[in-house]
Amino acid sequence: MNDARPNSNHFQKLIDRGVPRTSAARVRIDRAFSIICLGITLIAVLALALLLASILIEGFPGLSWSFIERYASRIPDQAGIKAPLFGSIWVASICAIVALPVGVATAVYLEEFAAKNRVTNFLRINISNLAGVPSIVYGILGLTLFVRMFGLFGPIQNPSFEIGGETFAIYYDSTGEPLRVPVTSRNETPSLTTGSIGYIQDVLDGPDGELIFTNNWTPIPLTIVNGDTEFTPAYGVISAIDVVEPIDYEIQKPWYYVQFPFGQTVLAGGLTLMLVVLPVVIISSQEALRSVPRSLRAGSMAMGATRLQTVFRVTLPASIPMIMTGAILAMSRAIGEAAPILVLGVALFITDVPQSLMDAFTVLPMQIYNWTSRPQEEFRALAATGIIVLLVVLLAFNAIAVLIRQKFSRPLQ
Amino acid sequence: MPTASPQPENQTLAELCGRGRPRSVILRLFQEGTVRGLLVGCAMFSILITTLIIGILAYETARFLQDVSVVDFLTGLEWNPLLGADRHFGIWPLIVGTLLVTLVAAVFALPIGLVTAIFLSEYAPPWLRAILKPILEVLAGIPTVVYGFFALIVITPALQGLGRLVTGENTFGAYSAGAAGIAVGIMILPIVTSLSEDAIRAVPKGLRDGAFALGSTKFDTSVKVVVPAALSGIMASYLLAITRAVGETMIVALAAGGLAQMTVLPWEQVQTMTAYMVQIFLGDAPATGVEYKSSFAVAGVLFLMTFLLTFAGYRILLRFREEYE
Repeated sequence: MNDARPNSNHFQKLIDRGVPRTSAARVRIDRAFSIICLGITLIAVLALALLLASILIEGFPGLSWSFIERYASRIPDQAGIKAPLFGSIWVASICAIVALPVGVATAVYLEEFAAKNRVTNFLRINISNLAGVPSIVYGILGLTLFVRMFGLFGPIQNPSFEIGGETFAIYYDSTGEPLRVPVTSRNETPSLTTGSIGYIQDVLDGPDGELIFTNNWTPIPLTIVNGDTEFTPAYGVISAIDVVEPIDYEIQKPWYYVQFPFGQTVLAGGLTLMLVVLPVVIISSQEALRSVPRSLRAGSMAMGATRLQTVFRVTLPASIPMIMTGAILAMSRAIGEAAPILVLGVALFITDVPQSLMDAFTVLPMQIYNWTSRPQEEFRALAATGIIVLLVVLLAFNAIAVLIRQKFSRPLQ
Repeated sequence: MPTASPQPENQTLAELCGRGRPRSVILRLFQEGTVRGLLVGCAMFSILITTLIIGILAYETARFLQDVSVVDFLTGLEWNPLLGADRHFGIWPLIVGTLLVTLVAAVFALPIGLVTAIFLSEYAPPWLRAILKPILEVLAGIPTVVYGFFALIVITPALQGLGRLVTGENTFGAYSAGAAGIAVGIMILPIVTSLSEDAIRAVPKGLRDGAFALGSTKFDTSVKVVVPAALSGIMASYLLAITRAVGETMIVALAAGGLAQMTVLPWEQVQTMTAYMVQIFLGDAPATGVEYKSSFAVAGVLFLMTFLLTFAGYRILLRFREEYE
């Protein structure tokens, strides 16, 4: 083993191989690396700046109150975002009302009650797996489960189960105005005679000369005239040919009206988004519950409280700020999702704000997608303005989250 | 019991106890059982969701495979479902398109994300961190449809300009895998950064102190000690980001084009699996047609891919987790 004895030659070889670099060189590498790091980190900042700048440049000129007040239009100058804005609010509310209790309850079960066994472990893996499922796949689930309900209740256009609504048969009288006649179901053809009561819509004159269609319907006695004879068109006067069968059926929907299958309605949209955000709510609530110190639980149990009392009076109140923060982040994700809503097949051209759970709707990201995908420049500008509205809504949500965090968070120790 | 102005100091201990507090044990047990049952029900709901997803996708895929043979679907190299008599349902062009966009996104976001995470946790002074973290959070909160808009308005023209500058020809079209990939990369960047940073910060301070004590610079410490120690967390963040990129829909539907072709060139347009589903569900394909059913089969393949990626991430975290303490 004589050869292994270190001598100056051996060290020289090591140095020549460059293994232990000089301190100066290593410090230089360190400096260079820190500068490169800073530069690369700034790419994210640059991306955000470019993104916001391009949106503001394209969209800010179009931002006005009338843009928020108007409905969809094929003419870019006339187009507005009222229907998607309200659609998003409806859908997000439904999503929150369902996802929060179910999500928090699941988290409470997993963190506070579940035994540490295989079943619990499987539940955990399953939830983290659900969080990784692409949102468009949830759209397919929503389409089958909520919109179509597996086809168990007939086609969407003719739902076999309806509750809470009033059905009307629609006729047109000789002036061309729609007349409504109450019926019990979509399949009934009312037999109308002179003297039967129909309902005619009240129309008001708007300030700019346009007509405003109100939701008031005035009863009017009908006059059936023979189609062969001459008659002067008047409200409530219908020719005998037109009475044979109604043109269409319409359902007056109070907000609690429900039909099976749901079809492409607000409720189906909200529940589909609930599926998307549920894993996010569960995971963030679990983290919130985990952050509550053990000593608080132990103290409560030592005072003789049951597990349930401990959860509802100690653990949950202590973790509410974190749960709410996570919930609001989940809701902002729901507001920004377009893919699952798109799969449901919602109509792109909505000219009304949803009034009931069973009304058609569209959401902000869908409208933005629709405008962006059109080739005309004007629609891209509209998309940018729509994005500004969407980002303002999200900003408002996040501001609420920050407020909650500041208001409720107090030290737990 | 005095109902008016209850003043604690005037109440006897017996009165305090009599305020209905200790209810009967049976009632409490019953209450406990009911609520427990409700909680279990909520937890089982997540299992139900998974079962339904798998069930629906399997059922619809089976129906699709009655019209198209499994071999054609899984090995075919041509995907043009809307061409009437001459249509082909080979999934590979869609998979290649998806992988190409994901690859561009990964090449963009994974290195940048890791370096940003190292910078944030090891180098950045607290004041800079306090500025950079919220910016990344804002990026993470931006809806994907906005990134799609950004890809069309900013990234595509920039790449077109760059392409002309380098080759002198119009290489990039109005839609390209590259533009979509970069937008997807920006979208997954905050995921990589925040999860990697969590993993890096979780490395105990003792390891860093040890490295410094041996004369390491910050560079040596971060690159040779801290990052290897946090590798499982970093890998998990990579896999999660890739899962998100594979399943990303709105960006690719807007910016990647609509032509399903087998290509690895980022300036070509491609169709991803998600973009194909958007095309079918937005279009007016009859719900009984083969092309409509095919979108469910594509969704099935997509679900399988993301499922495997998520599961791999989970295994990596468990298996290669470096336990300290």
